[in-house]
Amino acid sequence: MAAATSTAPGTGATVPPARPPRPTVASPRRRASDVLVTAVLAVVAVLFAVPLLWLVIASLDPAASLQLSLPEEPGLDNFAAVLTVDTTLRPLLNSLVLCLSASLITVLVATLAAYPLSRYQLRYGRPFLYTILFATGLPLTAVMVPVYSLFARMDLVDTRYGTVLFLAATSLPIAIWLTKSFMDGVPIQLEEAAWTDGASAMQSLRSIVAPLMLPGMLVVGIFTFITAWGNFFVPFVLLLSEEKLPAAVTIYQFFGQYGAAAYGQLAAYSLLYTLPVVVLYAVVSRWLGGAFTLGGGVKG
Amino acid sequence: MSVVETRRGSAPAPAPGGGPAARPPRRQPAGRWLLPLAPAVVLLAVFFAGPVVWSVLLSFTDASLTGSAAAQTSFVGLDNFAQLLGDPAVWNAVVLTVVFVVGSAVIGQNGLGLALALMLRGRGSVTRSLVTLPVMAAYVVPEIVAAFVWYAFLNPEGTLNTALTSVGLPGQSWLFTVPILAVVLANIWRGTAFSMLIYLAALSQVPSDVDEQAQIDGASGWKRLRFVTIPMIRRAIGTNLVLVTLQTLQVFTLIFVMTAGGPGDASETLPLLMYEQAFQYAALGYGTAIALVLLAIGAVFSLGYIRAIGKEEI
Repeated sequence: MAAATSTAPGTGATVPPARPPRPTVASPRRRASDVLVTAVLAVVAVLFAVPLLWLVIASLDPAASLQLSLPEEPGLDNFAAVLTVDTTLRPLLNSLVLCLSASLITVLVATLAAYPLSRYQLRYGRPFLYTILFATGLPLTAVMVPVYSLFARMDLVDTRYGTVLFLAATSLPIAIWLTKSFMDGVPIQLEEAAWTDGASAMQSLRSIVAPLMLPGMLVVGIFTFITAWGNFFVPFVLLLSEEKLPAAVTIYQFFGQYGAAAYGQLAAYSLLYTLPVVVLYAVVSRWLGGAFTLGGGVKG
Repeated sequence: MSVVETRRGSAPAPAPGGGPAARPPRRQPAGRWLLPLAPAVVLLAVFFAGPVVWSVLLSFTDASLTGSAAAQTSFVGLDNFAQLLGDPAVWNAVVLTVVFVVGSAVIGQNGLGLALALMLRGRGSVTRSLVTLPVMAAYVVPEIVAAFVWYAFLNPEGTLNTALTSVGLPGQSWLFTVPILAVVLANIWRGTAFSMLIYLAALSQVPSDVDEQAQIDGASGWKRLRFVTIPMIRRAIGTNLVLVTLQTLQVFTLIFVMTAGGPGDASETLPLLMYEQAFQYAALGYGTAIALVLLAIGAVFSLGYIRAIGKEEI
């Protein structure tokens, strides 16, 4: 959810280039303030790291408590305990199915929609884009109550495809916006040759534009995937049966049942659930050569 | 931005050597562009616009999950909204939502993000990585995991209390004594990376010669910040404020897991009140009326967002 709205189109932001150390007038006062700033930065970094550090260390400590302390007998017992079909494996597989389907649908639909928006001057193109931009800002949480009631009427509650379609629809506004700006970057001249040879718009989209903007489409897909993976509220409201629940919901149930005692196992489960997201972030940022900040990803 | 502008700029230029057939006519026959847009429009209409319209209708009814009103929903006019205005729980939630948004987004994430970006300016890449890595890590972690982590951190037996007592300060049960502060802190931790990245990017585009000139002219660090740097990133500040407000307005999972709105209703913001009314008390109509309030506030900020950035983007 956060990531969906967090990808800010048009913050005017691009990636900071590596700056040479700026020339400083070395005065004692300046050095003193430098030390102060460094100290503040260090404190902030520690404060941000400590809560997460607990998660990692507790997962390796079979006798974990709620405070950060080095395990006496570190081991993988916690992971062994939660790595069962019912506890983690099926929920994680459910998450994978839900998020992968939603991402595929989103990328496909967004690419199709972005093509006319990018290539033709549509009479209603601008109002449509304004509406899309407006929709990216609407609080998704607020729609969940009417969505539930609508789903109840349409017999879609507790169906996987209903949830997938909803997840896809809610990530569409930002996806269309991103895909259009990626597509704007593909020079139209490349298509003109194809048009002269009699290719249709859809043919040139498939064989010329899509291959050139594949990296952009992948970024959109990964973004959608990460957002859906972390989304708790939507499956919590729309899915009911135990065997369909994704990890986001089952980890909450686990917290309710065992959270007050088996801290180490909760930490291990949390890490297993977090791992795919971290890997995807790492892949995307490495692959875009570090040029992947939120603003930068948006700018394309 | 540049990408969009470049293409806009180059589009009207005549194709070199291209005949009239070299580009599709400006106005396509409707079917040609309607078809690829159709799936998006249908999905958005059914699953996005549909629920919004539906919520407006629903908020005028006594729709319920259980009981007689579940089978026989009837139109109740403005009853839900009248009830809303007279409901102390709603006013409590509005106040708490304002505290949460101002405390964690406007002051917390925005202020800390700007401060971090300013402090990181001109520092070596090692310092940058050492600071941005933990800040980014907090942002990447799924919301529910962030909630667990802070539940543990603020617990009476958690790391914070251990650290406080070890230096002789009294610890306390943060989630019970100051629940709204607890969720504000957790949300600052979770969201600061976003503001920091926006400001790092904005600051990297501020030309350094203006700042250097002011320095030569003898302006102090504080004065340069106030009269040179901040005015130059004013737009980024405005955009960031709107975005973090929109994100924070709809935070549900973090609070739901950490305090569930409690104890009592001491941390029950609008999204939690909406959930409680609609799904725990089964009053769908009333829950929807609360959702509409949230939606309306979000819509106002979203319009501000479009005004701030939309004009030059499309």
